[in-house]
Amino acid sequence: MTKLTIRDQRAFAEGALFLAFAIFFFVTALNYPAGSAARMGPGYFPRLLAIVLAAIGLFAMLGAVRPTAERQGLPRWDIKGLAWVTGSVALFALLLFPLGLIGALFALIVVSSKASPEFTWTGALANAAILIALCLLVFVSGLGLQLPVWPALFN
Amino acid sequence: MDLFHNLAIGFSTAAQPANLLYAFFGCLLGTLIGVLPGLGPLATIAMLLPITYALQPDAALIMLAGIYYGAQYGGSTTAIVVNLPGESSSVVTTIDGYQMAKQGRAGVALSTAAIGSFFAGCVATLALAALAGPLTAAALLFGPKEFFALMILGLILASVLSSGPFIEGIGMVVLGMLLSLVGTDLSTGTQRFAFGIPQLFDGLDFVPLAMGIFGFAEIVKNLEQDDKLSLVTQKIANLFPTRDDFRRMFPAILRGTALGTLLGVLPGGGAVLSSFASYTLEKKLSKHPEQFGKGAIEGVAGPESANNAGAQTSFIPLLTLGVPSNVVMALMVGAMNIHNIQPGPEVMTKNPTLFWGLIVSMWVGNLMLLILNLPLVGLWVKLHTIPYRYLFPAIMVFCSIGVYSINSGTFEVYEAAIFCVFGYLLIKLQLPAAPLLLGLVLGPAIEENFRRAMVLSRGDVSVFLTSPLSAALLAAAAIAIVLIMLPTIRSRREEALQE
Repeated sequence: MTKLTIRDQRAFAEGALFLAFAIFFFVTALNYPAGSAARMGPGYFPRLLAIVLAAIGLFAMLGAVRPTAERQGLPRWDIKGLAWVTGSVALFALLLFPLGLIGALFALIVVSSKASPEFTWTGALANAAILIALCLLVFVSGLGLQLPVWPALFN
Repeated sequence: MDLFHNLAIGFSTAAQPANLLYAFFGCLLGTLIGVLPGLGPLATIAMLLPITYALQPDAALIMLAGIYYGAQYGGSTTAIVVNLPGESSSVVTTIDGYQMAKQGRAGVALSTAAIGSFFAGCVATLALAALAGPLTAAALLFGPKEFFALMILGLILASVLSSGPFIEGIGMVVLGMLLSLVGTDLSTGTQRFAFGIPQLFDGLDFVPLAMGIFGFAEIVKNLEQDDKLSLVTQKIANLFPTRDDFRRMFPAILRGTALGTLLGVLPGGGAVLSSFASYTLEKKLSKHPEQFGKGAIEGVAGPESANNAGAQTSFIPLLTLGVPSNVVMALMVGAMNIHNIQPGPEVMTKNPTLFWGLIVSMWVGNLMLLILNLPLVGLWVKLHTIPYRYLFPAIMVFCSIGVYSINSGTFEVYEAAIFCVFGYLLIKLQLPAAPLLLGLVLGPAIEENFRRAMVLSRGDVSVFLTSPLSAALLAAAAIAIVLIMLPTIRSRREEALQE
């Protein structure tokens, strides 16, 4: 008996992800009545799908520990880039109503620009000015979307 | 003739000034995003989806369709001139198109791509018009069990044909279906997986999901690979192919068109698959396979015709059966839902002007693209010089406003931020996101038809195998799975799908 090693870490992680989702959906679905095949309740189909997904996840995990599996590590994450991009979107949502569209867009553009390794303040500010003007023209005057343009204080 | 009568209805819709304008706008925008790397038709359509609320349904669909096939044109322009595919469907065009450009034949390559695309677009429009009637009639014979079987076949084929191992594709489909169950269960009114969050009672909207995965996460990925654009811009002198060029490109265009028309109809097919298949076919059939990769005109003519034909015929299953064959079509389902149009056989009977108007507009749009593209090549290539650090904040702005405008609320924006992290996880694990979205869109209909079929059969599962039609569809799905598991085909497929 050889020692069990995870040769293909990527495939193993992928299987684990499927399995985790399957368990989450299955356990949550236990709260809903399953009914019978002829009269399915709201819990029937989710349980069925969760079982299929769990099987797929286990299959992938087993494949990853096979002695013949291709050796593969986990790739590195660019946490910084991800944080700037995701954070700027969340910041836009957070600021849109209190600060209005102009302020929220400004934050979105400047913060997301930080994700680029070639970030410069002048570039980001100029880009922000152009994009904000374009958005006001297209979305507010042109398409007439329901957007709060100014900070909530002024309304 | 019914066909001509229908096409006449289509012309009267498509030729309305407003619709012409939106077709033009869609084609222009499509070309633009096709040229720009890092922004595909998927994110663009998702972004514009909420905004089409304000438009007439036919104008909205005409514009969105224009974006999809317009992107095929734009993508090939940059593939040829600067060796960067704007779209994944023009990846193969870079192989020989860029070589032609290096030999000073960029103009010839561009007009070959344009002629091929235009020809393919015309044929695909006719195929769409001719097949629509019979397929719609067939769809009316479908009951719940047949629809269930058809959608299962579609999802299986989509996972088989997507890049990456089959097991990953099918896993993502099932995960997408599970996510589609979030919200109110239509038959019982139970809230499922909503955890008391009122915004989730109507289900998980797929626009924030698509935007998070294909918009935001894509940006993080692009920022990681800091590839500097190496521009070898040169004057595009001669646009006219020689007599010899015509002789060589013509059969390739015919074959590419035929292949693309067929593969576009297949669930999971569409532009990308068609272009790859066509390149492989041309190389196989050529008397001089050694010229491929060194500027063979067939290597441009075939795939470029195929991707355009495939892009257009992928509308066939959506419009006739109501089953989207790829993710862009899944988004078109969303566009139709916004305007209260149920995709499927009823589109043709209930909205004939919309149906035929959309089809004819594709032909009109192809004509516009031909005119739009060749003289403006210089301008499109210039666009490529915009640095990505200015471009990606613009994409983020449009995506964020688009997501906000779904409900004029910020909940969806937060959702998109969460799916950005999820999308990045998928990229890192090399999991394909397209099957996830297909599962998400088809999930509710599959559950509904499954339940109905089981009620009708009083819980007897064998009903799916005793009805000849559903048995045949499920058998086709089973054959596809068996074929993909066979080792020889598996390696062949990997060869064909690798990018």
